[in-house]
Amino acid sequence: MSLHPDKLLLIHGLVDGELDAANTVAIETHLKSCGDCRAELEQIQAVRELIAAAPLRERAPEGLHKRIELMIDAEAGPAPRASAAPHRPVMPGRLAWNGGGVAAHVLSGRWASGLATGLVAASLALAVAMPQLTHTDMEDQLVQSHVRSLLVGHLVDIPTSNRHVVKPWFNGKVDFAPPVPELADEGFPLVGGRLDYIDDHEVAAIVYRRRLHVINLFVRPARTLSLPGGVVARHEGYSLVRWTAGGLEYWAVSDVDTGDLKLFRQLYISRAMP
Amino acid sequence: MTGRGLRWPRLAASAGRRTEDAPSGQDKADAFRRTMMPHMDAAYNLARYLTRDANAAEDIVQDAYLRAYRSFETWRGEAAKPWLLTIVRNCFLNNVGGAAERLTGRPVHDYGGELPSELIETGTPESQLAEKNEAAMLRATIEQLPEPFRETLILRELEELSYKEIAAIAQVPIGTIMSRLARARQMLADLLLPESVRKARS
Repeated sequence: MSLHPDKLLLIHGLVDGELDAANTVAIETHLKSCGDCRAELEQIQAVRELIAAAPLRERAPEGLHKRIELMIDAEAGPAPRASAAPHRPVMPGRLAWNGGGVAAHVLSGRWASGLATGLVAASLALAVAMPQLTHTDMEDQLVQSHVRSLLVGHLVDIPTSNRHVVKPWFNGKVDFAPPVPELADEGFPLVGGRLDYIDDHEVAAIVYRRRLHVINLFVRPARTLSLPGGVVARHEGYSLVRWTAGGLEYWAVSDVDTGDLKLFRQLYISRAMP
Repeated sequence: MTGRGLRWPRLAASAGRRTEDAPSGQDKADAFRRTMMPHMDAAYNLARYLTRDANAAEDIVQDAYLRAYRSFETWRGEAAKPWLLTIVRNCFLNNVGGAAERLTGRPVHDYGGELPSELIETGTPESQLAEKNEAAMLRATIEQLPEPFRETLILRELEELSYKEIAAIAQVPIGTIMSRLARARQMLADLLLPESVRKARS
């Protein structure tokens, strides 16, 4: 067994994002000085990567869907529109989501063409080179902020699903006003807001959820030289989506897949407009 | 146990009631579809790893959905997935006396002999075949884990539930879940990781 059996569960808790701030600091400090526990951590991560890399999740067969649909119909009993029952979508959530996915795809296409035609050759070259050069450090910071925020009690400074509370809360804390649109009906409920630091500057972090996953939306004033184009990236297992609008730069970070984040971007942009 | 007070469905009572108010029956069906149907893959996945058998898993999921529907009134708007998975797990445990017992008693090493038919199809690129093979091996290894560890691992790594949610489903304290998860990962490390990655044991 490990040299520090008392630390073992804390290391797992750290990996699973289940520790509060004090325990996180304590175990991270310990890991720095203890090679044995670091080896333990690496082993846990290796196992998790193995599981994450393989398609292990079993999907319900189509026949099962149909049988359960029929069962619900039977349970619900006869109704005036019972004859319409077979036409009801099998899974409303999933169908709506597919539609959204298509829209997100169209949107990202529009962004791409805007990028291609709107920029002079020099900055086009820059746009191609930039994501690799400057975004990586930025992405590092964003992912770290995202991970830090998931520790117990760190996610939000102002926990509320009411956007009319979150938006004024940022007043006086940051010198810009990020829009806080309502997206719960599209499957992105608002969780709250938080102040965070990126590049030593205060940024607004608006927190939404996608199913069980947290989405951190970091907002800061766009810099004069920053590119207008969107970025979609995977970084250390996290998805990042960037865009600029109304003089602000947005970074959405989450462990949902990039498709979900692009849908989020599309909905946010369309709802944030006055 | 505190926490979500999942009541076992009152079958006779709710079955009697539905015939009386058919219109609200449709409302209930709509609400149920909206909240519970998106989690069918999760329900099936858990059932599949609990039973280690595709047919038994389908039976359990269907049974679970029926019970979930009939006790839908007891759902208080909490996270739908853990609520549904609690029922799936209970259905599995209820069935253990019957068909499921045969299945759990199945020798665990017989997986290697039979290749799933999709692996035998012709024209599959070599790399894809290797990938599928690796996944099948990993799947079989997870199926070998003793039940409480397997269940905890599946709920955490594949269904991405929190310790608290898993504890509520398994009806044990969070500390127990943490120990089980640590043990499950250690077992997988011992079974799967090459010597070089595996932590030196003393």
